[in-house]
Amino acid sequence: MKILVCVKQVPDTNEVKIDPVKGTLIRDGVPSILNPDDANALEAALQLKDKDNSIVVDVITMGPPQATYMLRECLAMGADNAYLLSDRAFGGADTCATSTTIAAGIKKVGDVDVIFAGRQAIDGDTAQVGPQVAQRLNLPVVTYVQDIQMGDGKVTVQRQMEDGYELIEVQTPCLLTCVKELNEPRYMSIGAIVDAYKKEITVWNHEDVELDPADCGLNASPTQVFRSFTPPQKGKGEMLNGTIDEMAGALVGKLVEKHLI
Amino acid sequence: MAIKVILDKCKGCTKCVKSCPFTAITMENKKAVIGAACTGCGQCVDTCPFGAIEKADDGKEAADLSAYHGVWVFAEQRDGKLMQVARELLGEGRKLADAVGCELCAVLCGSEVDGIINDLFEFGADKVYYANAPELKQYTTDAYTKTIYEAITEYKPEIVLLGATHIGRDLGPCLAVRCNTGLTADCTKLEINPETKGIMQTRPAFGGNLMATIVCPNHRPQMSTVRPGVMEKAKREAGRRGEVIELHPTFAEGDIRTKVLEVVKSAKEMVSLTDAEVIVSGGMGLGKAEGFELLKKLADKFGGTIASSRAAVDAGWIDHAYQVGQTGTTVKPKIYFACGISGAIQHAAGMQNSGLIVAINTNENAPIFDIADIGIVGDLYKVIPAIIEEMDKVPQK
Repeated sequence: MKILVCVKQVPDTNEVKIDPVKGTLIRDGVPSILNPDDANALEAALQLKDKDNSIVVDVITMGPPQATYMLRECLAMGADNAYLLSDRAFGGADTCATSTTIAAGIKKVGDVDVIFAGRQAIDGDTAQVGPQVAQRLNLPVVTYVQDIQMGDGKVTVQRQMEDGYELIEVQTPCLLTCVKELNEPRYMSIGAIVDAYKKEITVWNHEDVELDPADCGLNASPTQVFRSFTPPQKGKGEMLNGTIDEMAGALVGKLVEKHLI
Repeated sequence: MAIKVILDKCKGCTKCVKSCPFTAITMENKKAVIGAACTGCGQCVDTCPFGAIEKADDGKEAADLSAYHGVWVFAEQRDGKLMQVARELLGEGRKLADAVGCELCAVLCGSEVDGIINDLFEFGADKVYYANAPELKQYTTDAYTKTIYEAITEYKPEIVLLGATHIGRDLGPCLAVRCNTGLTADCTKLEINPETKGIMQTRPAFGGNLMATIVCPNHRPQMSTVRPGVMEKAKREAGRRGEVIELHPTFAEGDIRTKVLEVVKSAKEMVSLTDAEVIVSGGMGLGKAEGFELLKKLADKFGGTIASSRAAVDAGWIDHAYQVGQTGTTVKPKIYFACGISGAIQHAAGMQNSGLIVAINTNENAPIFDIADIGIVGDLYKVIPAIIEEMDKVPQK
């Protein structure tokens, strides 16, 4: 059985700060990481491989050449093969166009039984590419998966809802997007890191995956960024002074004044 | 709209390289080069002191979009009950429909949920497209995608709005690919461009550090998912009625490839953060799970509810259902108490539209004080009991 995990290299948005004077992003020194939900997806696949050694776990990503660092991290966690879809023609893609490229890459990998992806990436937070890849490949999809039980020709999963979960049976091949409640991703081992650097990473451009440049990247993106801006900072409010009892009294006084209580 | 460098004007100052949120710009021969990671966000255009970077139209011919009319709202129901977010979408959809000058329609899928139809009219829908089939009783990606895709193909709406719930965020992407159109996720603001009549969709990106306004100029319908709790609910106009258009989806063997075996509601009490008028929220500064008991006492004084920052959820002190912020729930209560919360931008993204923000933190430099209306520097374990004591002194109405 072959499991393919879709991963993305993202800037660690927790490390991003705003320049308070200029109101712009400070991205110097912001590290690039394996998207957290994708790490859970990879871990889920690796846990299945732990139980059944015949399972092959591959990873695929679309991104610039630097994404190989993240793919090596995936290999060092235990993935068998890594594929990078990298081409100027893929650049500037929105989720719709990204899904076209990744779907083409998955077709080229071939014979995949289950595709895992993270629920969403922390740089865009859209949660769209997973289900969109499934649509392009005409595969059934379950999003927000928090538990996976593999069966014969089918998988039983728990789909997280706002107020509980649904137990869902889905036939394979299928695509599942994973949430962080699914597991705790493993660390890389030293030996595996060394081995990861001995492995080849397969890099494909648009010709390799048989895509017309008009069908990928910015050219094929229905949505466009009209403008972007840093969110306006709200003016600083009032700081209360005095002893704790005085401040508590002043606060309640203000709430009464504003008719909030 | 591709980003282009005007080579004659570029002086090689590298300011754009530092400004790019996506590390997409590199320097080659002392000239900026836009790389494949570019998303067209335009940060560099504003940054360049020499006007050497421009956002160029790719001169695509506009597709014929005139056949598309009307704003559609996905009227999400669960167990025969209309979701709160659907009412919010109708409120927002009404504004958009009026700005475009078109009708507002609701799309309702389910099994024998006729009772909801009049609610939709009273919340402002002019038409309700109603798909009534046993296969639609429970949400499945395949059945709902097929039904609504067929309706979109037949009736051609220009705008489709869905709630960014666990269902809307599953259905939206599938519909968008089927319709070969764009979808903007988790929008917090929607407007109509008065010139083009197209929708301008603003959403947080980059963990809330950046806001992006997204357009979908050449594809229809224009689709957005909208965060629950952000838009104002439609007011009910009792007795208002409209036209019902029945959809008749048919399902063949193999059309629905997932089977819902069981629905498990969590035993814990339903957390309705979006409806709460007062929220008392705790973060890392609580130091322990038991701290929420104190917050609960304060919340009870206001008839409110407790919530938390992501740090407290990650620490295992409280369930994710209580999390406010970028990856949690967006709230806008009348009063939001932030207790022991530093106020990272991801948290702020989920609560900064609250009516009144009260911050309690030992660290006077915590960023939460920048967005708070009232700030108290002090130990929350001392401050909160003092507030409760003061509350007891307030005469009851």
